[in-house]
Amino acid sequence: MTTLDSSKEIQKNNSEINETHEDFRMFGLITFLIADGMTFAGFFAAYLTYKAVNPLPDGAIYELELPIPTLNTILLLVSSATFHKAGKALLKDKNPESQKWLFFTAFLGIIFLICQLFEYFHLPFGLTDNLFASTFYALTGFHGLHVTLGTLMILIIAWQSRMNGGRITSQNMFPLEAVELYWHFVDGIWVVLFIILYLL
Amino acid sequence: MLNKNTYLILIISLVFAISFWIGFNVNLLPTEASINAPIYDELFKILFIIGLIIFIGMTIAVIYSLFRFRKRNDQIGDGIALEGNLSLEIVWTIIPSIIVLLIGLYSYNIYDRMGGMKELNHNHEMMSSNSEKIWAGISQTSDNEIAINNLSIEVSAMQFAFLFNYPKGNFISGELHVPVDQKVSMKMESKDVIHAFWVPEFRIKQDIIPGQPTILNFTPTKVGKYPIICAELCGPYHGGMRASIIVEEESDYNEWFNKNKKPEVNL
Amino acid sequence: MTISIDPQKTSNESLQPKGWLRYFSFSLDHKVIGIQYLVCGFLFYLIGGSLASAIRIELASPMSDFMPRDVYNQVLTLHGTIMIFLWIVPVVNGAFGNYLIPFYVGARDMAFPRLNAVAFWLIPPSGLMLVASYFVEGAAQAGWTAYPPLSITTPQSGQIIWILSVLLLGGSSIFGGINFIATIIKLRRPGLKLMQLPMYCWAMLGTSLLVVLSTPVLAGTLILLSFDIIANTGFFNPVLGGNVVVYQHLFWFYSHPAVYIMVLPAFGLVSEILPVHARKPLFGYTTMVFSIMGIVVLGLVVWAHHMFTSGTPPWMRLFFTIATAFIAVPTGIKFFNWVATLWGGKISINSAMLFSCGFIINFVFGGITGVALAQVPFDIHVHDTYFVVAHFHYIVYGGTVFIIFSSIYHWFPKVTGKMLNEKLGILHFIITFIGFNLCFAPQHWLGLNGMPRRVAEYDPQFQFVNQISSLGALLMAISTIPFLLNVFLSARNGKAAGDNPWNALTPEWLTSSPPPVENWEGEAPLVEEPYGYGKHFSEQK
Ligand code: HEA
Ligand code: HEA
Ligand code: CUA
Ligand SMILES: [Cu+2]
Repeated sequence: MTTLDSSKEIQKNNSEINETHEDFRMFGLITFLIADGMTFAGFFAAYLTYKAVNPLPDGAIYELELPIPTLNTILLLVSSATFHKAGKALLKDKNPESQKWLFFTAFLGIIFLICQLFEYFHLPFGLTDNLFASTFYALTGFHGLHVTLGTLMILIIAWQSRMNGGRITSQNMFPLEAVELYWHFVDGIWVVLFIILYLL
Repeated sequence: MLNKNTYLILIISLVFAISFWIGFNVNLLPTEASINAPIYDELFKILFIIGLIIFIGMTIAVIYSLFRFRKRNDQIGDGIALEGNLSLEIVWTIIPSIIVLLIGLYSYNIYDRMGGMKELNHNHEMMSSNSEKIWAGISQTSDNEIAINNLSIEVSAMQFAFLFNYPKGNFISGELHVPVDQKVSMKMESKDVIHAFWVPEFRIKQDIIPGQPTILNFTPTKVGKYPIICAELCGPYHGGMRASIIVEEESDYNEWFNKNKKPEVNL
Repeated sequence: MTISIDPQKTSNESLQPKGWLRYFSFSLDHKVIGIQYLVCGFLFYLIGGSLASAIRIELASPMSDFMPRDVYNQVLTLHGTIMIFLWIVPVVNGAFGNYLIPFYVGARDMAFPRLNAVAFWLIPPSGLMLVASYFVEGAAQAGWTAYPPLSITTPQSGQIIWILSVLLLGGSSIFGGINFIATIIKLRRPGLKLMQLPMYCWAMLGTSLLVVLSTPVLAGTLILLSFDIIANTGFFNPVLGGNVVVYQHLFWFYSHPAVYIMVLPAFGLVSEILPVHARKPLFGYTTMVFSIMGIVVLGLVVWAHHMFTSGTPPWMRLFFTIATAFIAVPTGIKFFNWVATLWGGKISINSAMLFSCGFIINFVFGGITGVALAQVPFDIHVHDTYFVVAHFHYIVYGGTVFIIFSSIYHWFPKVTGKMLNEKLGILHFIITFIGFNLCFAPQHWLGLNGMPRRVAEYDPQFQFVNQISSLGALLMAISTIPFLLNVFLSARNGKAAGDNPWNALTPEWLTSSPPPVENWEGEAPLVEEPYGYGKHFSEQK
């Protein structure tokens, strides 16, 4: 068949293909995070629209207290830095140090969640009180879910980067790098959320 | 023997002729019964003709290629190795852009003439708060000479009926009666789910939304009885959610109005 | 960093059952997954089509007599949801994408085979769940758009199952989208440039971008809606101070791009089919690529044209008119290029070609009614009427479904190694084309003259035209018989196809039919000119 002949011709000109390629798992993760970010974008858009066109009656407006969320912002920003340290340490094959930083990061994440719950219990409004309350809980809750997931994953990789027999080493950095990227993403979302929800 | 270009011009003019003929002679729309209707039909005619030209043209091009360039039994090999033509691409980017732009401007003009770009104020003096926010709708040209004075009506929709409140007469009716050639201004709100107010003969439609009052202004021009149709899925009996609008001479309307009018309750 | 792929690991063929049984297994082979998508989608098409037949039977008479009114609403909701989320989207994206993309980029599988299998296996359970919801408290009955407050106030279990199932299907298509983007960008065979990819890759790249950017918004919206139903919040519930129009904005922010998710892959497929059967290069490759990306960008900013009669202020109505109408420009470029591809070719008039040309004609018609709908003053009269129903069936059925059939005729020899019967194929085309136009063309008139959509009962003056439409639907149902007959007979004892029955140049034809597990016995060929018709071997003939 003519086509097959021509294809053979084409094949002959080809250089050897070696069966290796770039690691594109990170690329996939980034794509996923863009998608995840769009979910948040949808929530933010809804919140901002509500704020613009469905203002609450005067009596129902409640100024959010700032101390706890500010503390939370600092917690998350610090945790981003400590995670980064963990990665650096692993790269130098200092597994115990890396593990220490990871546990510290997870600890910060847990404190964040505790603070968040503390705030929930001391807010004067509940989930179904009004539009603002519902959106507030939906946004912070959805974010809190991300933090919870992230904390769990940090604990898992911390366990797996132990000195002997752990799967995560400087040769196999991907799980750590992936969770790190995810964690930075969750922190970034928090900063946006903090600005839009608490400061605006 | 005619040459290629002559054939092309001949065919194009034929397509245009057929499209214009169909556009002007085939009426696909119901009676025109409001001042919006003739404006709408003008737009429809233009869109119909442009659409027909493009559609017939494309169809002829496809069918002609299928016949003219079909592979005959004795033929082997491939067609010409033509991979593109920049000037052609530019032509068929620019021409549709121009058509689309012109259509857009024209429909802006139509929409403006229908009153769509007017501010959404309602002059329901009688009603509770005049400053209430109106979310959407169609106003109507204020310089409309036919409209002498406004008739204000409050519409409320619920599963599965329309109710028309005549504040001046202090009564509620299930049928909408309006005098011919007078501007009617309706403020609409829903009690449960989303409904829509549609009178095909008037070419107007507006959703009736719970929590977001909308307005709809129109001027009927033809005496008669027309259906009011709910056009937004609102539950099992959505298909049965209909009412009638009765456009009558001013005297008939006044008679009906006075019969239904309730005295003002004085406290 | 580079990692080596171990053939055993990506396809783990040794663990998989052989023969047709492998189609029922958790296979990681992209070709098996592609066929799984196709067959699963087709079964749901039969279910959705049966529901459509029920709709047309009900509408053959003006009274609501064939089924109770609330059942009618459930039927039309299920019909719309199944046809979109379980037939069109999985088939044009999942089925053909999985089968073809690895061939086109010269890879042995998709970038993430495991994720790929998960994405597919989300579909059957969520589809079955959706169908089964009818037997609980009644299925969802608020239309495929599920506008609140109706969707909040109708029986709740059906609506919740609907939300859950759409969320799962959305997740499936996001996973699929990530996979396609990674495969096309990152898994290309060394030496293969982006601008040498077959057009279907570009179409899938654009589609996947839309999927990744817009589907999550739908997911978020449906989560909020489910809170309204379960937890009694008031996001979209006006009684609790919510705003119903915000839902519509968020929903259409996904669902308008979704219509391009349904049609861009079909644009890609037709770009593969036409050059092969017309024996000519695809006309205007570069402009085609740009027009796909133009459609992607414009497609994201036109959603409010579905809300011209909702609570949208005048300026918004106008902005979205202009933005929407401009989509006709990049789309038009594609159509003119296809006609130019046909022009001067040596066209084989076979089933694949006929369905593709039917697609062009039907789509232009549907697109033109779309441009008319985009004009606010025009839409105000016909919104939510049968005119809209006619518009989108011209596009989704006359467009996408025609292309699905065309693609089946085109790639069946590759998948099975057998040819389909041409006589039955042409019979299938004729009945489908006539039935389709008979069914949906009269609906334009119905809409213009006052028949709203989603009604079980209507004004008796519309009875005759509705009956014509129902007759067309009957023809469409009949047309599936020659098709199914053809597929089953040909798969068993059709004519042997050989590796490349069409003499095509795209890479999937440069291997045996059916292709081996890792796609090529040797290394993947480098196809620099997938449309080089008339160049490489015209002199040989
Ligand atoms: C695959 C699906 C698909 C596709 C591709 C499209 C494509 C288009 N659609 Fe459609 N549409 C739907 C599926 C689709 N639609 C569905 C499902 C609904 C209803 C949803 C519901 O309410 O349930 C809908 C509803 C819908 C509406 C809302 C109607 C209403 O509810 O009131 C509008 C309004 O603007 C619209 C417009 C358009 C336009 C302008 C295009 C354009 O992309 C078309 C562009 C193509 C062409 C124009 C043809 C080719 C071009 C040329 C030959 C060039 C020359 C042409 C000109 C210069 C005009 N569509
Ligand atoms: C996306 C794709 C798609 C496809 C392919 C179709 C295909 C068809 N549609 Fe559908 N339709 C929609 C998407 C689609 N539709 C959507 C989104 C809506 C809006 C829903 C809403 O308002 O919310 C809608 C609404 C809709 C309505 C309006 C309902 C209403 O508003 O009241 C009608 C009415 O005629 C209709 C008819 C048809 C018909 C006759 C077909 C035919 O083409 C179908 C042809 C196929 C068959 C007839 C199958 C044949 C097989 C059998 C019958 C045998 C069965 C055998 C076994 C099960 C073994 N559709
Ligand atoms: Cu009220 Cu439909
Ligand atoms: Cu749209």
